[in-house]
Amino acid sequence: MSKPCFVYVTYIAAEPEKVWQALTSKDISARYWFGYNVNSDWKPDAPFALKNSEGKTTDEGVILECDPPRRLSYSWHPQYEEFRNERPSRVTFVIEPLPGQVRLTVTHEDFDEGSKVFESISDGWPMVLSSLKSWLETGAALPPSWTKTHKQVIAAAEARA
Amino acid sequence: MTDLAQFKPVTVYVTYIASTPEKVWQALTDPAFSQQYFFGFAVAVEPKTGGRFALLYPDGRTHVRGKVVDWSPPHRFACTWIVEGMPGFAELPECIVTYDIDRAGDAVRLTMTESHSWDIPETILAGGRAGWPAILSNLKSVLETGQPMAIAMEPPPGFMEAVQKAIAEKPWSRGRGG
Repeated sequence: MSKPCFVYVTYIAAEPEKVWQALTSKDISARYWFGYNVNSDWKPDAPFALKNSEGKTTDEGVILECDPPRRLSYSWHPQYEEFRNERPSRVTFVIEPLPGQVRLTVTHEDFDEGSKVFESISDGWPMVLSSLKSWLETGAALPPSWTKTHKQVIAAAEARA
Repeated sequence: MTDLAQFKPVTVYVTYIASTPEKVWQALTDPAFSQQYFFGFAVAVEPKTGGRFALLYPDGRTHVRGKVVDWSPPHRFACTWIVEGMPGFAELPECIVTYDIDRAGDAVRLTMTESHSWDIPETILAGGRAGWPAILSNLKSVLETGQPMAIAMEPPPGFMEAVQKAIAEKPWSRGRGG
């Protein structure tokens, strides 16, 4: 059995710098990431935190690679109780410039088999990255569109955190 | 007759679109619409389960032909695919492409699933895995902004060779008990 690895590719009609800014700005991320926001100094070994709209850290990590505006990688350790016993995974963003657009490839890997975090991020990234694309192309993020089950899982996890 | 039970999903792509299920359905089934986002191909479909399905080049030649296996507007559209527009490709077994359209809050979740009936090599799957993100990113852009992107696409490394090898060796015909 191969270890779980999530890969998502999307094409965005935007400059690489704009995509980079959206991936690393606390304020912009809050717009398209349904209130969640990224926090870091964006230097190798600097801490990374994803916080919810109340300022509570939901995911912690460390910057592993930071090469603006091309490549960003950080470790990912959810702080929800049912996820906290899993080891940190790794998410990598690669921005490739193309005429009039970029190809953004998000790879989330280093999971153990049967990882619950893997299930959760496999649901989550398509929503977040679709919303990022909408925000960059139209100026409007997507409305929160969590599926009922996903919403329940997150709400329950946040209640316990 | 296509035995649907033989087909296993191998590639799934999900995108969320600020639109309605009816508009996404139209984008998937209307020839003038599909030409904007689907590498210029026009969808030609008989609007019923069992109807004919095709993707046509701008000059009217057939790129893909198939049959509609599920026509349930505006929620599910599935058809078989045989690629006719590239030499030899029509000898590959047909695959099934399914689009599921669901409301997700005030947006729409579009899920594309590519299913195969044989143990298809990763190198061949890489073709679809490169193409679908471009096609469906572009569909989302057209629906949300009215502006298609011009996305250039080459077959991934080893793709053509893997297809020719499969056509020569026909691995799908082995171990089926006649």
